[in-house]
Amino acid sequence: MIPENVVWLILLSPFLSFAVISIVIRPFFNQFRNVSSHLTIASISISLFLSIWFLISVINNDVSIDSYQSQSWISLGILEISIGIISDSLTAIMLIVVTSVSLMVQIYSTSYMENDSGYSRYFAYMSLFTASMIGLIMASNVVQLYAFWELVGLSSYLLIGFWYHKPSAAAAAKKAFIITRFGDFGLLLAILYLFSNGETFAANGLNSLDISDINLAAKTGILASGVVTWVAIGIFAGAIGKSGQFPLHTWLPDAMEGPTPVSALIHAATMVAAGVFLVARFFDLFHSSEAAMTTVAVTGVFTALFAASMGLVMTDIKRVLAYSTISQLGYMMLALGIGAYGPAIFHLFTHAFFKALLFLGSGSVNHATGTFDMRYMGGLRKSMPWTYSTFLIGALSLSGIFPLAGFWSKDEILTHAWSSSMNISTIVYIFALLAVFMTAFYMFRVIFMTFEGDFKGGAQSDPSLNLINPDVHLQESPKAMVVPLLVLGLMSIIGGFLVNPPVNLVVIPEHWLSHFLHADSIKFNFVVAILSSLIAGAGILLAYLIYGQPKLISHSVYRITNPIHRVLINKYFLDEFYESFITTRVIYNSIAKSIDWADRLVIDGIVRQIGLVSRNLGKIIAPIQTGQSQGYGLILSLGTILIIVIYILFK
Amino acid sequence: MENFSGILTITVFLPLVGAIIIALAINGAKSIRYFAVLIGVIELVLTSVIFFGYEKGGAQYQFVDKTSEWIPFDSLNVNYFLAVDGLSAPLVLLSGLLGISAIFASLGIKQRVKEYFVWLLVLQTAVVGVFTALDFILFFLLWELELIPMFFLISIWGSGRKEYSAMKFLIFTFLASAFMLIGILALYFSTGIHTFDMTELPSKIQTATLIIPSGLIFTLLFVGFAVKLPVWPFHTWLPDAHTDAPTAVSVMLAGVLLKMGGYGMLRVSVSMFPNVITEVAWILITLGVINVLYGAIVTLRQTDLKRLIAFSSISHMGYVLVGISSVAGAAGNATVGLTGAAMQMFTHGTITGLMFLLVGLVYEKAHTRHIPDLGGLATRMPILASGFILAGLASLGLPGTSGFVSEVLVFLGTFPVWNIGTLLSAFGIVITAGYILWMIQRTFFGPSIERFNNVRDASTLEAVPLAILAISVLVIGLFPSIISDVFQLGISPIIQGISDNAASVELGSNQNNLLAFIFN
Repeated sequence: MIPENVVWLILLSPFLSFAVISIVIRPFFNQFRNVSSHLTIASISISLFLSIWFLISVINNDVSIDSYQSQSWISLGILEISIGIISDSLTAIMLIVVTSVSLMVQIYSTSYMENDSGYSRYFAYMSLFTASMIGLIMASNVVQLYAFWELVGLSSYLLIGFWYHKPSAAAAAKKAFIITRFGDFGLLLAILYLFSNGETFAANGLNSLDISDINLAAKTGILASGVVTWVAIGIFAGAIGKSGQFPLHTWLPDAMEGPTPVSALIHAATMVAAGVFLVARFFDLFHSSEAAMTTVAVTGVFTALFAASMGLVMTDIKRVLAYSTISQLGYMMLALGIGAYGPAIFHLFTHAFFKALLFLGSGSVNHATGTFDMRYMGGLRKSMPWTYSTFLIGALSLSGIFPLAGFWSKDEILTHAWSSSMNISTIVYIFALLAVFMTAFYMFRVIFMTFEGDFKGGAQSDPSLNLINPDVHLQESPKAMVVPLLVLGLMSIIGGFLVNPPVNLVVIPEHWLSHFLHADSIKFNFVVAILSSLIAGAGILLAYLIYGQPKLISHSVYRITNPIHRVLINKYFLDEFYESFITTRVIYNSIAKSIDWADRLVIDGIVRQIGLVSRNLGKIIAPIQTGQSQGYGLILSLGTILIIVIYILFK
Repeated sequence: MENFSGILTITVFLPLVGAIIIALAINGAKSIRYFAVLIGVIELVLTSVIFFGYEKGGAQYQFVDKTSEWIPFDSLNVNYFLAVDGLSAPLVLLSGLLGISAIFASLGIKQRVKEYFVWLLVLQTAVVGVFTALDFILFFLLWELELIPMFFLISIWGSGRKEYSAMKFLIFTFLASAFMLIGILALYFSTGIHTFDMTELPSKIQTATLIIPSGLIFTLLFVGFAVKLPVWPFHTWLPDAHTDAPTAVSVMLAGVLLKMGGYGMLRVSVSMFPNVITEVAWILITLGVINVLYGAIVTLRQTDLKRLIAFSSISHMGYVLVGISSVAGAAGNATVGLTGAAMQMFTHGTITGLMFLLVGLVYEKAHTRHIPDLGGLATRMPILASGFILAGLASLGLPGTSGFVSEVLVFLGTFPVWNIGTLLSAFGIVITAGYILWMIQRTFFGPSIERFNNVRDASTLEAVPLAILAISVLVIGLFPSIISDVFQLGISPIIQGISDNAASVELGSNQNNLLAFIFN
């Protein structure tokens, strides 16, 4: 069994790396900046190694969910917030995903960020992010979870705004933080609501803030069903914010302003999957409320389609991938919503690898061409063979092509929807298939625009960059960038079949991951598999017809779809609605303006009026104080007479 | 009870003695500054000794300095009585922390240095005194003493409409104190009380026959505290005073002086009037929500850095009211809520103190506080930018910083009692994120501006107070029980008093509307 202190080390190792870089190296030894990246890579390697140890302990049942005692953090009578480790299979799998992808991304970053002046700061933030994410996964208490949840958001804020001198990056960072905070507000309310039911928990010997106790209370019916639903919806609000689900998805495409490895790690593979993880963490709670499950499924399926539709038209390669990420997260959500816990986590697992691969691939392309705009790329297949082949593997895996990783996980979700008895599962299945079609289409649109055809000049011809001396060198990226691509490419090929095989392999039992997660294993269904493969193939074919064979039908397609194109390229005008209408017009220029006006003129106005009245009163009375004793004497005698008269009258 | 250990007396009056020495014996700006720093450091050590020396298992009141020799008319029953309990010990430490920070922030003062430090040290004596005085007359005296240095510090060393702001501050506070004095005297002259001892008053009031209704006395005293906190609509002095005061004075004002209001509410309004406070808890939550949301929304419109932080203080002090309103709930919830309110005072003190220090430095270097004129400063002043981001994140309640702890305690304690009110007030954290991040983006991010090409970052000396407060923000964020355990020792007896009282008093009498509660 892995000792508790060693498990904590998984969290502390990257955290110490953050502390050392930001307190010691960056301020005092910035000239030895390579120390920062080496320290980060070493600390994350330690975490990965220990995570594997932890996984093995969980597999061997050496460690169970309540193996480790939690420590008191704050204790005030009935309130007992403790911090601890929840040591179950979900934690073990997530730790592996986060630490392994993070390690690949850090290695890649040493080359990608080589010439950046903020090199040490970058690695400090990356360490902080990895630590926060690990903390989030391990948390056994909702307040602890909320704390790391917010710290993950902080690291995302810092990394999106990494190039803070760029106004667009600074704005995107702020937008990400504020929009996700709306979701976090829901999560906070859920925590408060749980705590206000503390007596119900306490009567059964449970703690209202302990995650496994919450799941237990929901499952056994200790918690009233109305409470369960509202708590679940509050938690889901948090998940919507972090995982970029509709209607809080608008921050995620803008988050691509950060460095590309950040997009790969945080805004594709790990942090944005935290919302899916959160729902999975409270799965028993969600499962106890049909209303909550339906909400999750409907939000997921709508987001999957909605985001994919915008991915169809974007010309920035990273934005296509961003919308794809939102869409795939919607896919995982819909899986959770129809009760497919195992398939959802399986898809989270495979997606982390192929999406990180695709983002790092786009970074490699950017390294060569200097732009992210696909209209100025093309023909890179010949000059960047490794990038091309790994990117192709990623695209095929994402499109769900047999036998790559994405095929297996996507297929499980579809099969579950196909066979589920829930009312909405038929609709969910049809829409999910539609999303498969769109995914295959936009991914191969990217492939054809980027790697096929003729090169269109890169940064030199991109007018939006407006560079004086653009750095365009069409050649394969350095080894530090290619090796992570290869590792992730390998995982994108085998990560599905080997982890959750439909049949017994030599050492790996059938449906290993499903069993490990204590989820139902889903029987392979040939009808579903063939249908979804055909649909994905159709998407690829259409992409080929429009983008692979230039001038074949593209012009006529454009003309027909022009109005739709306009809506899609403007992201359904939602950003406009949020920013120009709600934020600027309603909140800033109406509500805040009028209250600010009232504060200055009404409330402070009354104060000043009172001041004026007393001053003027003083002016009226002041002349009586003449300083002449005759006058005072006169008034004194008159007053005395008056008092005597009153006394006599009222005696 | 005659008792005199002397430590607390030294802590309270050391700055005053220092002020007298500066006034009489020390000349030359440099020596005055050194001497003031020395006093500040000793004061910080003393306040730390009191905080960390407060024995958690010991008597409720410790470091007692009590003598009746002060005003030797036995019939008056006025005593010199200083002591700390769990409620005041952390606030004494807070005064020490901000006191030394304010002295460091004043080292750049060039004009009338001697007078300046004299007043600053007198102010320090007054605030530490208010938190430790347990005789109502002594308490009132020190409460009033604080006004004099504040008035001069703002009106002489301030900026902008400094005379107007100083006078406004003075009139607001002075008027409120007048109400408070009537309240104190009304209590004293009620049959069966005849004491100013604040430790005896809570139990004596319950059995006494009051000369005017308890609701009225409560209101008189509460107004005094409400202006200080400040509670809407008595808040308009605050933005003016903060904006026009010199940096160190803004730090003291936001960091310590506002807390006198919250402290008074807990020490007097809650402990001495348990019946009334539970009856009016709905008013407290209403005002608390207004404070939080109104303050936050007005903050959104501010373009002056200092004014922005001033309005954000109004918003954040609303959480103190929200936390106090949990007294209407079960004892368990009220303990959490009131401890949260007390924690909020401490954490807001360090966070906002840090913010005002930073604004002062930015203004000193960039010569403007107008946000639209600023931008791109992060490249030129990384220390100040990092400090601002840390303070901003603490202010918006980010976990790992002290701001999170206090707000989450307030919410957890109050939500079971006032669902909707707490929900509304919790929405304040979203608006806070809006204005804080907007301010950071506009001030520090974006391309660097040519006119700021020569601005410098904070010097080592300037970074000292920043570091003191930043460390305290982080340490309490990570290990909140250092402070919360002590506060709880002060809150528990208060809650106990409320429950005892609730058991002995019939509830459900016709005190449901405001007029009835004041006049019957």
